[in-house]
Order: sequence, then structure tokens, then C-alpha cells
Amino acid sequence: MGYTLNFSAVWRSFDQLLWGLGLSLGLAFVAIAIGCVIGLVTAFGLLSKQAFLRRLAQVYVTIIRNTPILVLVLFTFFAMPQMGIRLGKIESFVATLSIYSGAYLAEVFRGGLLAVPNGLKEAGLAIGLTQAQIRSSIVIPLMLRNVLPSLSSTMISLFKDTSLAAAIAVPELTFEARKINVESFRVIETWMVTSMLYVATCSVLAALLRRLEKRMSIPR
Amino acid sequence: MELVAFLETLWLARIPILKGIGVTVSISLLAILVGTVLGIGVGLALTYGKGPVRWLVRGYTDFIRGTPVLVLVLASYYVLGTVGIDLGPFQAGVLALAVFCSSHVGEIVRGALQSIPKGQTEAAKAIGLTFPQTFAYVLGPQALRQVLPAWVNTAAEMVKASTLLSIIGVAELLLRTQELISRTFMSLEFYLFAGFLYFVINYGIERFGKYVERKTSIPS
Repeated sequence: MGYTLNFSAVWRSFDQLLWGLGLSLGLAFVAIAIGCVIGLVTAFGLLSKQAFLRRLAQVYVTIIRNTPILVLVLFTFFAMPQMGIRLGKIESFVATLSIYSGAYLAEVFRGGLLAVPNGLKEAGLAIGLTQAQIRSSIVIPLMLRNVLPSLSSTMISLFKDTSLAAAIAVPELTFEARKINVESFRVIETWMVTSMLYVATCSVLAALLRRLEKRMSIPR
Repeated sequence: MELVAFLETLWLARIPILKGIGVTVSISLLAILVGTVLGIGVGLALTYGKGPVRWLVRGYTDFIRGTPVLVLVLASYYVLGTVGIDLGPFQAGVLALAVFCSSHVGEIVRGALQSIPKGQTEAAKAIGLTFPQTFAYVLGPQALRQVLPAWVNTAAEMVKASTLLSIIGVAELLLRTQELISRTFMSLEFYLFAGFLYFVINYGIERFGKYVERKTSIPS
């Protein structure tokens, strides 16, 4: 067949790929940070005593979890302007990914909140803390330490979802890879390097999060 | 009378939309079918494989799980064409999704098999069962209970991932919707409609998953 690998075109544009990777990481970081806040609020909603709040949180989580993220991304970017909400590419994608990750993180946090023993909350009451203090200094820190393993796998899959931003022309890693592809026709090399970059980033993230898990795990 | 106009357009476009749903369903079914067969092999190799076989398969799953599905889809479509394996977008896309599915199913199968207590295998050995018998009568049925609910979730994941094939030009539901929007400019209505259809499909699968989980849980 006689295809010789030639990486020179890819190396020449390697800085573009790295910029793209940087943007991917940035998108993921911002979206997950916002998503964590949304997820935490939603998780309390899911466990709320008030039926209305519970229902609302359930509807949000169910709808988002059962809709493909590409549809959500396209909807925010192309359909929202019809309702008068016009966002730039990056803002629109970050908004979508935040709302999307919020639903997944809510489920993760819900499990963690359920795992916090009741006795600890009662102990908090006994020493005279208010409900808000119990939440912020007992429940949430313990929950976060409990959920770290599932939190990190959710984070990694959210990082991979940033590749969908290519569909609305956000210049992140996948988009840059497609561009180099079109410019140089070095198809195999580009995709090899791109997927290796993704794999490497994911493993570095996984390793960092595993170290964090070890440090934060509750000693028994 | 926007609703009337929308319904009229929808009625006129019913054939392409139905065709799109058909393609989405067939992509998902094929990907799940092939992915599951491959995935069971992957799971067995991860659990029982010796030395190099296991490393190889571990490398495969780690690589696939570290790469975004969109990158897999694009790479499968463009790279295979370059090395002379001429697949249409449909086949290339299904292949990418099946590979993605196989790594997930593989991890599910491995997790289920490894969670079975060692005593079960030892007991089987003690009463003189060969390994195939042990697998068929002792390990397999127990693993299946754990695999089934997670496997149904993977199926919903595949339906969602099938939207990515619209990017390489497979005329599934999302691409049909986009074509419709570019003709009618009713982006809000039709993205909502497509989202609703996906929601219905996935919600159905999710409910089925819950049902399977109830059925397969060990009665206490």
C-alpha cells in the first residue's frame, strides 16, 4: 500500500493543537466549576422535603441526562437566538456544558449526601449549629470527600465532551485537528497525535485526581 | 399561528424525520450489538487474560476511554479511508461507536466478574467443576445480574452518541433535523422537537433499565 507516515505537517502546527488543548481544558474547567455549583444546589433540591423543589430538580436532571449533548449544544447556539438569547460561541458552549454537567454532578452529589450519616448532622444540632452551618461545615465537606472517585470520572468524561465544541466552531483541540487535516491531508498523523493528546491529558487528570483522592480519603 | 405553521411543516417533513429515526435506531442497535460481543471478549481478557494479552487489551480500553467519541468517529471515517479501507460514513460511524461501546461493556463485565467473591470459584473447584462449567453455572449467572442494568445504561449512551454521526454526514435524526432547519429556519421548534424525540427514546430505555435493575437485584 506504501503509505509513509510523515508527521512534519502536524509538528509544524503543533502549537495550534496545544492552544486547542489549552482551550479544551479551560472550557472544561470553567464549565465544571459552574456545574459543581448547579449540581450541589440541584442535589439539595433532589433531597428537599418540599415536593415542588424535588420535582423541579428531578425534571431538570431527567431532561438533561436523556438528551444528547450535541443537541443541547446546537440548541443553545442556534435556537436560543430565536428567543432573544444571543451568546457567542464560547459563552454558549460553556453555558451548555455547565448545565449539562450540573445534571450529572447532581446525581453524584446526591449519592454522597445520602451517605453522610445522620448522627453527624444530629451532633451538629446538639452543639448548637444552625442548618446552614451544618450544611457548610459538616455535610458538604464530608460529602465531597466521599464522592471524589465518582466525581473524578465524571470530570474526565466532561473534559472529553469539550470536543463537541468543534461542532459550533470553537477552536478547541478537535476543531484544530480538523483544520490541520483539511490543510495538510495528513489524516492518519493528525488523528494519531490528537487522540494521543486526549489520552495523555485524560491520564494526567486521572493521576492527579487519584492523588487528591488518596490525600482526601477519610482515614478508617 | 406559529404552531399551525410548525405542525404543517412537520407533517410535510414526516418522511425524512421517520427515516432519520430509523437510521438512528439502526446505528444504535448495530453499535450495541457489535460492541457487546466485542466487549464481552474484552471483559474476559481483562479478567482472565495472561500477561501480554491483558496488557494489550488494557491498552486498548484505556486508549478508547481516553479519547472523545467525536474524535473516534472522525478518525474512523477519515483514517480508514486513507489506509484504503473504504467505508461509507454509516459503516465508519457504526464501527467507531461499536469500538467505544466495547470498551465500556468490557469494563462493566470485568467489574462484575471481579466483584464475585473468590470463594465461589474455589467452591466450584472443590466440587470438581471444570473452568467452562464454573463460568457457565457459577460466575456467569452472578455476573449477569450486575451487568444487565449497567448494560442498559450503555445502550442509552449509544443512542446519544449516535448524534455525533451527523457530523460525518450520516442522515440520522439530528442531520435530518438540521436539513429541515436550514430549509425552514424554524431552528427553535425543530431542535426542541428533535430533543424531545431523543428524550422519549432515552427515557424509555432508562425506565427499562430501572425495571431490569429491580428484576435482577438479589431478593432480600
